[in-house]
Amino acid sequence: MGVLVIAEHDNATLAGATLSAITAAVRLDDAVQVLVAGHGCRAVAEAAARVQGVSLVRHSEAAHYARPTAEDLAALVVDLAADFTYVLAPASTFGKNFLPRVAAILDVAMISDLIRIEGPDRFVRPIYAGNAVATVQSTDPIKVVSVRATAFDAAPSGATAVPIEALEAKPHSDLAEVLAEQLTQSERPELTAAEIVVAGGRGMGSAEGFRLLEEIADRLGAAIGASRAAVDAGYVPNDYQVGQTGKIVAPKLYIAVGISGAIQHLAGMKDAKVVVAINKDEAAPIFQVADYALVADLFQALPELGAELKRVLAK
Amino acid sequence: MKILVPVKRVIDYNVRVRVKADGSGVETANVKMSMNPFDELAVEEAIRLKEAGRVEAIVAVSIGAPACRETLRTALAMGADRALLVTTESELQPLDVAKVLKAVVGQEAPELVIMGKQAIDDDCNQTGQMLAALLGWGQGTFACGVALAEDSVTVTREIDGGNQTVRLKLPAVVTADLRLNEPRYIKLPNIMKAKQKPLQSMTVQELGVEVAARLKTLQVSEPPPRRSGVKVSSVAELVDKLHNEAKVL
Ligand SMILES: Cc1cc2nc3c(=O)[nH]c(=O)nc-3n(C[C@H](O)[C@H](O)[C@H](O)COP(=O)(O)OP(=O)(O)OC[C@H]3O[C@@H](n4cnc5c(N)ncnc54)[C@H](O)[C@@H]3O)c2cc1C
Ligand SMILES: Nc1ncnc2c1ncn2[C@@H]1O[C@H](COP(=O)(O)O)[C@@H](O)[C@H]1O
Repeated sequence: MGVLVIAEHDNATLAGATLSAITAAVRLDDAVQVLVAGHGCRAVAEAAARVQGVSLVRHSEAAHYARPTAEDLAALVVDLAADFTYVLAPASTFGKNFLPRVAAILDVAMISDLIRIEGPDRFVRPIYAGNAVATVQSTDPIKVVSVRATAFDAAPSGATAVPIEALEAKPHSDLAEVLAEQLTQSERPELTAAEIVVAGGRGMGSAEGFRLLEEIADRLGAAIGASRAAVDAGYVPNDYQVGQTGKIVAPKLYIAVGISGAIQHLAGMKDAKVVVAINKDEAAPIFQVADYALVADLFQALPELGAELKRVLAK
Repeated sequence: MKILVPVKRVIDYNVRVRVKADGSGVETANVKMSMNPFDELAVEEAIRLKEAGRVEAIVAVSIGAPACRETLRTALAMGADRALLVTTESELQPLDVAKVLKAVVGQEAPELVIMGKQAIDDDCNQTGQMLAALLGWGQGTFACGVALAEDSVTVTREIDGGNQTVRLKLPAVVTADLRLNEPRYIKLPNIMKAKQKPLQSMTVQELGVEVAARLKTLQVSEPPPRRSGVKVSSVAELVDKLHNEAKVL
């Protein structure tokens, strides 16, 4: 029986979120298999074969798996799923897209955003933008689960490689066709994996305003995040959004600047280890979750912060 | 063409939810309820497609308690043409909702279903994908752009690294993300007009759908609170604390 983890990757490297899903998988069962479906993705299969806890890698190659549609990926996974008790994938836009499709075809419920395992059939997940957590018990023979990456450490790599077994691809479905992808290019660490995130809100005032944050981010090697209001105003691209409907981050340090702290934003960052808030409004709700609160005008505070960081980090 | 728009009645997004003392759920008595914000985007998108031609009718459907009528009236006031209430006593999980919606699709034969990507109460983000799977249709999730063509729909999707464009054969299911559009403000005369629009009601049993919750909620609790922080009076003090106290620099 065991666990099948569907790997998220870009045909070159295994996404960090996959390693978190593997950690959850290992806690559920000793037999953990990883499915790597892609195009020219042998290197990914090899990387997966060296992740601690994995017992077998299934590798499926096809041109239409280069950027697989949910329709194609679900068809492949459903075929394998009957042999497993659990089917897991990261709770990223990748996993959220195809996993419910898998669950519906199998006629089982799906557990979204797993944050804790309480038993073989007991799972904890956030609801209401993280304002409550629910413990649910599954009665299905196959449990389809998306795993919140920030809730599980990445499984370590460097184990002796386990076998990689070729898996025949399924034919391409004509229901859906990927036409194009526009990915944001950035030199900075990935938002969900970064140790430090500096995030700006509507208070940044403009795209130029965000330059002040970039300077801080450069100094700290941090990723840049944003509130929905900042994204909507066009200051930064939409994949910067942190929150209930954006990315979930849990960095060592989160610096929120000019963000009021709506519950939908807090949903994405309140598991950060240390939260700093800079806001000119003393009553801003973000201060309720901040470890360090600085009531100040950001246009004054950020240049000062840059200079102070330069001084302290130089030592 | 006909568009079906499923809308869910949820606790208003501005309400700070409270967990019941007995851990059985969250407090819903005397709490403001509204249409799920993502479903508002879905209704708005359907109306815009209708205004652009090609779409003859928009049917809104809600599954739940009789109070979902209110949500349907909102959809009608925004511009939906007809509404369908499917009543049930039990709280349905996404798989069951998808099964009910599949039955509704069977009756209504829409060429496009536009719905929210996520209900802000259960935060599941499953129903649209499940419905598409049950129907054997293509899916365009997390849409920030929708363009209708003769026998296909092109959907721009928000994905983690940026955007992806997919073309789906019709019929298809599209789920709305936040940046799809800005829902219109409802004008008073339209609220009056909505009262005249047809709202049909039936039960889950009448639709012939078997539902059975597969997930049992054992407990609902508050997340652990963050310990309260301190106010710093200057940038220098902040950096000092981050460096020497929190040791995160
Ligand atoms: C269904 C739904 C989902 C949502 N999902 C998300 C989500 O995932 N992520 C998200 O972020 N939001 C989300 N939102 C939106 C959310 O409700 C808030 O509207 C949004 O987070 C507000 O962004 P903000 O804090 O940047 O803007 P505002 O609330 O306008 O706050 C701006 C802040 O900047 C401060 N400020 C202004 N000027 C200065 C200055 N010079 N110096 C210092 N401080 C200054 C102000 O005091 C204020 O506190 C969602 C909403 C809905 C309905
Ligand atoms: N009870 C319901 N009635 C109508 N539509 C629903 C219902 N539950 C879910 N939906 C639709 O499914 C979407 C996703 O919900 P969920 O999968 O629960 O996050 C919502 O945005 C609605 O469009």
